Amino acid sequence: MSAVLKPKSKLIVCDGNEAAAWAVSLANVDMVAVYPITPQSSLVEYLAKFIADGRLGAEIVDVEGEHSVLSVLQGACLAGARTYTASCGPGLAFMFEPYLRTPGLRLPLVMTIVTRDTLTPQSVWGGHQDAMSVREVGWVQMYCESVQEVLDTTIMAYKIAEHHDVMLPVNVCHDGNYLSFGAARCELPDQGEVNAFLGEKDVNWHVALDPQRPMAVDPLTGGAGGPGPATFVRYRKGQCGGMQNSLKVITEVHEEWGRRFGRYHAPLVESYRMDGAEYAIVTIGSMTGAAKDAVDEARARGEKVGLVKVKTYRPFPAQALLTALADVKAFGVVDRSVSFGWNCGPLFQDAVTAMYDAPKRIPAMSFIGGLAGADLTVGHFERVIGRTKELARDGLAAETVWLNEKD
Amino acid sequence: MSTTQQAYPMFDASTIPDDLCPIATKPTPMLPGDWRSMRPVVDRAKCVKCAVCWLYCPVQCVVEKAAWFDFNLKTCKGCGICATECPQRAIAMIEEAA
Repeated sequence: MSAVLKPKSKLIVCDGNEAAAWAVSLANVDMVAVYPITPQSSLVEYLAKFIADGRLGAEIVDVEGEHSVLSVLQGACLAGARTYTASCGPGLAFMFEPYLRTPGLRLPLVMTIVTRDTLTPQSVWGGHQDAMSVREVGWVQMYCESVQEVLDTTIMAYKIAEHHDVMLPVNVCHDGNYLSFGAARCELPDQGEVNAFLGEKDVNWHVALDPQRPMAVDPLTGGAGGPGPATFVRYRKGQCGGMQNSLKVITEVHEEWGRRFGRYHAPLVESYRMDGAEYAIVTIGSMTGAAKDAVDEARARGEKVGLVKVKTYRPFPAQALLTALADVKAFGVVDRSVSFGWNCGPLFQDAVTAMYDAPKRIPAMSFIGGLAGADLTVGHFERVIGRTKELARDGLAAETVWLNEKD
Repeated sequence: MSTTQQAYPMFDASTIPDDLCPIATKPTPMLPGDWRSMRPVVDRAKCVKCAVCWLYCPVQCVVEKAAWFDFNLKTCKGCGICATECPQRAIAMIEEAA
């Protein structure tokens, strides 16, 4: 975070939902389609207000449901528009069919997921389960830690998505309740500087709904016995290639953002107090603030603990995580969601997979907390640090620990 | 009827990577008649030229003749709606030869 305000920047106090709306306005989005759902609703209310006030010259479409939200935006993007929406939880579930098609069409949409736990039990509270449930279908996913990071990342998301080596939709995820409604100091960059950073939009150079460039969009590939399956594989491989290319592009775009605006956010993973760390905790999203405080307190007591935060979750920054955790004796991963078939957190699964390439096996444990809006406090992270320290000593990993089981 | 007649030339996609987004820039010569399994046959003695078949045909393949209606079998997909709707029961659906 910068200490000095850039010239022409403005300071405001806002929550994460308003910060995302400001970013969308600064990115000069052409088309917004929305359907309100808790805890995303205020975000689209801010956008509707910005458009009504004439601050943002975009079309806003109030459709009848999330399936239409994304279908409208696909059409708009194919026609050359810069597009935006936000959703979460059951809304994201209802969006799933066009959600699957968006990355295959290589449309650079940006969508905020104001993360929320999924049903059932009934819950409208924060958690990462909704975003985690759609992690494997080809959208880039970045998780934010602070209100300022929400604003900065949402603008950067357009530059990443529209990069010709990427051309993929991006989810910017921020924690429901904690970031969506938590107000903080936020620096609004200058419009002219954001324009210079993003450059001219060019979203349908490769596929378009344009009478002057007639083409069939997404025709049926043939079945077995013809060239169809090989054509399918070619596009699938291309899509996977775009995902892998995005690791480099995300890093470059974050560096350029830092140079231009003075705020350097870790693009893939952030190493915090990892110098000489004997063991580490791995976090994702807004829980990281409390976790860093717990690490600071433990370090003050002489504990050799560090923290690694995962910002970019898809594509998974396997190499960056491997480098960050290479020298620890154990690590504990804190998830705000569950992987049902593995009885652990999804980030834990990914981290363990990435560490398979380490020269020696590093013991690891899964911690799950913050479900259904539960607060993850410094106290919870003290438990995580304490248990991971034991693991570093004896190497005996236990079953997944549920942090909010009793409180 | 030409299938390639159009207002603008097809889009030249040669500069776009061929593993990016599935698009097609050549019209297919395939017509519905190529995959039809049943074809309509009119009994000219029964046809009174009421045009119900012409009205209902979803692909507009019904062609007007001097004293009866017939079908353009290049575009007829063999759905049988005409046979079902014909008030004179003048249309029979028969299987295409294997």
